[in-house]
Amino acid sequence: MIGVFHPGTSLVHRAPALLKLGLLTLIVTVVAMAPSPIVLGAASVLVIVLVAVARIPLRLAWSQVVPILWVLAVAVPVQVLFGGWEAAAVMAVRLVLAVALAAVYTLTTPVTATLDAMQALLRPFRRWVDADRVGLALALTIRCVPLLADLVREVLEARRARGAEGSLTALAVPVIVRALRTADHLGEALTARGFDD
Amino acid sequence: MSQIAFDHVSHRFDAETVVDDVSLVLREHRIGIVGANGSGKSTLARMVNGLVLPTAGRVTVDGLDLARHAREVRRRVGFVFTNADNQIVMPTVREDVAFTLRRHKLPATDAAARVDAVLDRFGLTELADRPAHRLSGGQKQLLAIASVLVAEPDIVVADEPTTLLDARNARRIAEHFASLEQQLIVVSHHLELLEGFDRVIVMEAGRVVADDAPRPALDAYRALIA
Repeated sequence: MIGVFHPGTSLVHRAPALLKLGLLTLIVTVVAMAPSPIVLGAASVLVIVLVAVARIPLRLAWSQVVPILWVLAVAVPVQVLFGGWEAAAVMAVRLVLAVALAAVYTLTTPVTATLDAMQALLRPFRRWVDADRVGLALALTIRCVPLLADLVREVLEARRARGAEGSLTALAVPVIVRALRTADHLGEALTARGFDD
Repeated sequence: MSQIAFDHVSHRFDAETVVDDVSLVLREHRIGIVGANGSGKSTLARMVNGLVLPTAGRVTVDGLDLARHAREVRRRVGFVFTNADNQIVMPTVREDVAFTLRRHKLPATDAAARVDAVLDRFGLTELADRPAHRLSGGQKQLLAIASVLVAEPDIVVADEPTTLLDARNARRIAEHFASLEQQLIVVSHHLELLEGFDRVIVMEAGRVVADDAPRPALDAYRALIA
């Protein structure tokens, strides 16, 4: 979701975001609740078909799944220890499928479409919930991930340049100060763009 | 052009007076503001958009008092910040430009047409679906300007828009500014950016110390910092 939208005109791209979100929720729930080999196999085939139909480059699709493999590298041995090989394998496949399905969604859906879908979902509750505000909060959350990653990278570089690699203070203080300052600037920019209520 | 009026405007931040009893009427097409760090020039520029309100005096844009009509004025005044990273909200270039229009409630086709036109104008069409945070500094600043201009403001205020850019990108931004129909107020340390302007204001310690055509005003500024 963090700027990994892969533009295209496929059926998957053109499908309404709300429909895709609904199907994503449904399929992930089914995979989680009924982890039989048939369900997992069918979901795996579905992921492959969706990636092919959406013409997502395999490398790009793979890069979306890689981060969860690091989690599995820790979680699978623990699961093997406590639940056996079968349980560990089922858990691993379920997690990879959930991430892969979510990746298909984010790669084929612009964030604005997701915001619109969220707003449509929240419309019945508009007396209690400001859908615009929720959408904006979601957009900012997504935006802040690369912003904070850049900030941490810059502070780590500065820390290394000053020979203070081991110092937690030399990392935490500038990161927190700069994050708060960035939040101030972002707020000011939003105000300037008319999002001031 | 719009008329921006500062009427005995001051701004204090804690015990410090950042802007000190400034009275100006701005009607020109392109206006530059220069001054050393801490001279109050950015605060003055922010007042045009209502990002900063005066602690004394009055700022009006075409008669609208910022203290009471800030939101209405902001629809007419676009603001470009020094660091474009702080201005980018959405993940991709096209989405960030379109984001400005979300509050304008335009029909989707009209909004898309406006976004396409402004992307084309700033040479960003090829980058439209790229992650905005992965653009170069110059491209990010172009995106920031495009995101402002898509709302078709009457006035554009830019606070040191070329400070973080190399000479080539600064020149590109200057060229785009030169082609703007809108009234333009630019705060800058890049004096060459202001040479073709109609008026340049020099600030020092919160006060206006020179207000003239670019050449005499910039000469006064150079003498001040020498």
